[in-house]
Parts: sequence; structure tokens; C-alpha cells
Amino acid sequence: MLGAAVSLTGKYAQNGLNTKNGYDLAIKKINDKGGVKIGDKTYSLAIRYYDDESTPARGTELAERLIKQDGIKFILGPYSSGLTKAILPIVEKHKVPMVEGNGAARELFTKGYRYIFAVLSTSDQYLTPAIDLAAEHAEKLGKTPDTLKVALAMENDPFAQDVRAGVLDDAKRHGMQVVIDDQLPPELNDMSATLTKVKALKPDVLVVSGHEKGALTAVSQINALKVNVPIVAMTHCDSGQVAERLGEAAEYVFCAKQWHSSLSYKDDLFGTAADFAKEFQNSYGYETPYQAAQSAAAVEVFADALERAGSLDLENVREALASTEMETFYGPIKFDAAGRNIAKPMVLSQVLGGEYVVVSPAKWATGQPVIPRPSL
Amino acid sequence: MIANLQILLDAPALSLQLLIDGILIGAVFALAAYGLALVWGVTNVINVAQGEFVMLGGFITVLCADYGLSPLIGMPIAAASLYVLGWVLFQLVIVHLVGRDMFNSVLATFGIAIVLQQLMAHVFGGADRIVESGLGSWFFLDGLIGIAKVKVLVFVACIALGIALAIFLARSRQGQAIRATAQEPRAASVLGIETRRVYALTFALNAAICGAAGALAAMAYTIHAYGGLAYTIRSFMIVVMAGIGNLAGIIWAALSLGVAENFAGFILGVQYQIAFVFGLLVVVLVLRNWRLKRKRLYLR
Repeated sequence: MLGAAVSLTGKYAQNGLNTKNGYDLAIKKINDKGGVKIGDKTYSLAIRYYDDESTPARGTELAERLIKQDGIKFILGPYSSGLTKAILPIVEKHKVPMVEGNGAARELFTKGYRYIFAVLSTSDQYLTPAIDLAAEHAEKLGKTPDTLKVALAMENDPFAQDVRAGVLDDAKRHGMQVVIDDQLPPELNDMSATLTKVKALKPDVLVVSGHEKGALTAVSQINALKVNVPIVAMTHCDSGQVAERLGEAAEYVFCAKQWHSSLSYKDDLFGTAADFAKEFQNSYGYETPYQAAQSAAAVEVFADALERAGSLDLENVREALASTEMETFYGPIKFDAAGRNIAKPMVLSQVLGGEYVVVSPAKWATGQPVIPRPSL
Repeated sequence: MIANLQILLDAPALSLQLLIDGILIGAVFALAAYGLALVWGVTNVINVAQGEFVMLGGFITVLCADYGLSPLIGMPIAAASLYVLGWVLFQLVIVHLVGRDMFNSVLATFGIAIVLQQLMAHVFGGADRIVESGLGSWFFLDGLIGIAKVKVLVFVACIALGIALAIFLARSRQGQAIRATAQEPRAASVLGIETRRVYALTFALNAAICGAAGALAAMAYTIHAYGGLAYTIRSFMIVVMAGIGNLAGIIWAALSLGVAENFAGFILGVQYQIAFVFGLLVVVLVLRNWRLKRKRLYLR
């Protein structure tokens, strides 16, 4: 009844699989609980998958096929902003609602599309808590927020460029000075030129975003070149497993996350965030990445909206989705007019003793941030 | 850009850092380029799957590390496994390409590249991987300059392999057979050299070199099932710059490419780092063409 084209091969294969596992686990849970009650009939959910090979062209083709050939009325999102962007026009054309958990680029929500609903925070907010935290702790560095120097190393892809735009806004808001603004080509797997510049200009904050490769390269080369920056923050450290793979080198690095299993969110389907993590680990044998959590949440939102719509009529379901207001294990969900989830904040954690310890927002924090990072 | 130049002038030690890093990354490219030149020169096959061999070597090292072996032991294992793979691939595919149009070889090896990519993504997963060499770094000038020991290892391995290869080609019977076959396969076979065996040996040797390069790349940088292209393109460029059959030239071209790339990244901004490399390739080709024409060495 639901359909999705996710990346099972190609460069997003790992996260495509995380997405699929998240969807599958949610479907299994919902069906085990008796399925979805729409009007007076009860349905069990199933997903038709295709492999988009991580390429936008294939994604577009498969979205057409799901909707026109297979008659699928409800679409779950693919992995990555790029692929979501590729299939959005198709979804709009056929007026088929799509709930997605893995497309965070800002531009998905600025074109006036009506049929996209995203459970995650948009990418320009990813590192906001890191910049705020730096401003809060400026005193510890012997400075005020407006004398802090920020260095950015962002991959030249839509996602990281959004993160960059967000950080630039946040830095401006605090009056911070941006001293480096490097945009790494996606083919590059060496950051020594940028890091040498960081050494020369001695910024107080270094933010890095370039998927798993960016996180791994940055952490290992910061250590190898002894680049001392008091606050280092990045995205994708948990899916890149920097703490697990690089050990010591990853200590004190700040990681932006959509979700973490230690948060005290909960719902009736999965229980708490920790319950979800446990169940996921039992089913698939590896630690729960947030990509899987937000995928599962997307299915939950769909199921909830279908029940409230009381019919399979596309417009009714869209209306029901638009008025969603629910608590899930993944966080509160409430969509604005563009389909963004405005209820859930980003989470910032720090690698302390090999664990990702949540340090912000203060309400969920399980530890105190260590600032400045001890010298290497 | 001018501000960046100013930084270099104010802190000359940083230029040294850029220079060293450039030389060290150039060494990895040099290894892949050797292999390419060797195969190209001997069999007239352009192996587009070069980068995939490198990545596969890296994944084998990662696998060894996962089983608790030191990545330094992983390196010979990677080289040996790739040698076997190279031999098998030769007997299955490459043998049909020798002596054929170059276009066929590009197409067929491109196919091998795709198959290897998908296999790696399937078996090892689509995640970026890195191996901790556990060697640490040396620091000079108050930590202003840091050199990862593993990168030095890469460099030493590159030079040592280069010298070993040169000696092997010049002195040993096998090496002589390879050179003879490269010069004139028909005459070589008349003189009793089994050219098919020589071709297979060359291709397997190339794969082994790439495997070793991959092991080093996994320790010093990151590897990914789809990350091979960067190595293929750069080794192709280096060979074009240096010419086939010019080992010293290849090392020189590779190292200077690494250095130029790093300085361009620093001064122009990293967003232009790779664009600069391609710009350089165009300039080199145009200059070369012009020089050949002037000396009337230009063949139509």
C-alpha cells in the first residue's frame, strides 16, 4: 500500500539500508498491533521497494512507476536531499502525499510544494546548537561571543551547503567572525590544505560537514596534524562511526544529531527512544543510526494520518497529515505550511570516553560539555 | 586569495607543511600510476578499473584490521590477493583485449570497474572506511608541522616499490621478457617468450601494486566502494604527463601534482583544488602538443 524508492546500491547504500530497515521495523510493529484502522476496515501495511541506485534520474523514473504503474497512493521518502528533490515534482504532479525522514535540504520547502511532509529538522539547523553553545561558553575561552572566530569546512553538496548557510546565519546572529569558509569538492578525501589554514588562523570554532567521509577525514587529520581548536563540531559522526573507529582521536568532538536513543521521547507503538534502539539492534544487529529512527517515525506519521483521515482519499489524507500533532519516540511532530517539522529541536552530543553524550538542548542533556577541547 | 598568500609569506613553515602533505599524497597516486603505465606499455590496454583495484586493496586491509591484524600486515595480504585477482581477471577478460583497439580495452575495463564497485558495496557496505595505523605523527617546530608517520610509510613504500620495479624490469629474466614483449611481441614470441604469460604477469603485478596503494590509502585517507574514480583519473593524468615507460618521470609527475594540488587548495580555496588539477592537465597537453609539433615529432 505504501511505496518507496530507496538507495540499496550506489553511494548511499549504507544509509539507504538504514532507511529501509527503519521503515520495515515500523511496518512490522504496526501490523503486529493489528494494522491500521481506516473508517471501519482494518488494513495491514506493506511497502513496495525499488532500488534507485543512488541516482536522481533513476529515482524519478521509479517514482513514476510506483504511482502510475503500481497504483501506489502513498509514498515514503528516499534517502538524501538530492533524491528527495528529484522525485518531489513527480509526487506533486500526481498529488500523492509523501512523508519523508531523510531529506533535510532547505530548498525542499521553499518551492511551495504541498505534498511533502518531513519529520526531521531541516539541514540549516544542524549545527545551530553548536554555535549557540560556543557563544554560551565564550567566557571559558577568555572571549565574548562577538570576538569568537569561526572556521567552516563544508562539502560542496546541497546538504552541507545548507548546513553552511545555517552556520553563517547563526554566526552572524552572535556577531562572530568567519575566518575560513572552505567548500570541499565531493571527490576530495584529503583535508590537509584546509587544516593547514586552520592552524595558521587559529579559529575558536571549527565546523565540518561532508557526510561520513568528511567526518572521518576531519577527525583523523586533525589528530595527525595536531590542529588545536577549542571547539570542533561536525555532522555525520555517528553514521561514520568516528568514535568507534578512531577512538582517542574523536574525543571531545561535538556531533549534531537528529535524534539520540537517550532522549526521553516516547509513544505507544515503540515505547521510549531507548526501546526503539533496543528493538532495532535486536532485529538488525547493529547500533541504531538516527536515519533509521526518522524513517520509522515517517511510517508512524503516515499510519496516524490514515486513521484520522478515515478514508483512502488522497486529499483527506493530505489534510490529515497537515494537521498532524503527535508525540513519537523520535520527538514531537507538527508540520508547518511547507511540510517541515517545527516541533523537534536538533540534538548536540559530545564524544566523551568513547560515548556520544548529549549536551544540548539542556532539557535532554545527560552530561556537561567539555570546552575548550584539551590540547592534542 | 591574496590574504591566503599573505599567510604563507608570514608563516613559511606552513608552506613546508603543504609541501610535505602534497608529496605524501602524490606518492599514493604515483603507485597507481606506475601500474597503469606498466600495463599500458606492455599490453596496450588502458585499465580504467585502476581505482577500483586501489579501493579493493583498501577494503582487504580494513577486513584484516577487523580481524585484529595490524594494517601493516594487511598490506602484503592485500597485494597478494589483488595479484591473484589480477591474474584471474586477465585470463577471463583482458586476454581478449590484447592487440585489439584501445576503445575495446577502455569499455571492457570500465565494465570490470562497475562490477567491482557494486561487489564492494555489496560485500563491504556503502560506508566510508578508515583504518587506524596506530603509528601517530611526528611534530616539528612546536607542533606547527605535523607529519603522520603512515604517510611517510606511503612515501617510502612508493619509492622502494618504484626502485624494485625498475630493477626487476632491468635485471631479471622475467623483467627482460616483459620489456621484450612490450617492444615487439611477435619477435619476443619467436624467441621463445610466452607472451601470454608475460601479459598475465604484468596485469597481475599491476593489480598487486594497486592493492598495496589501497592499503596505504585506507590508513592515510578514507576509502569508499565508489571512491576509485579519483585514483583512476589522477593516475591517467600522471601517465599522460610523464609518458609511458618513464618510471622516474611518473614519480616526479605524481609528487609535483600532489604538491601543486595542495598549494592550489590553500591559495585558491579548496573548492578549486580539483578544478585546478584538470586545468593543469589541459595546459600540459597543449604545451606538449605544441612542443612536439615544433620539433616535428607530431604523428598524425
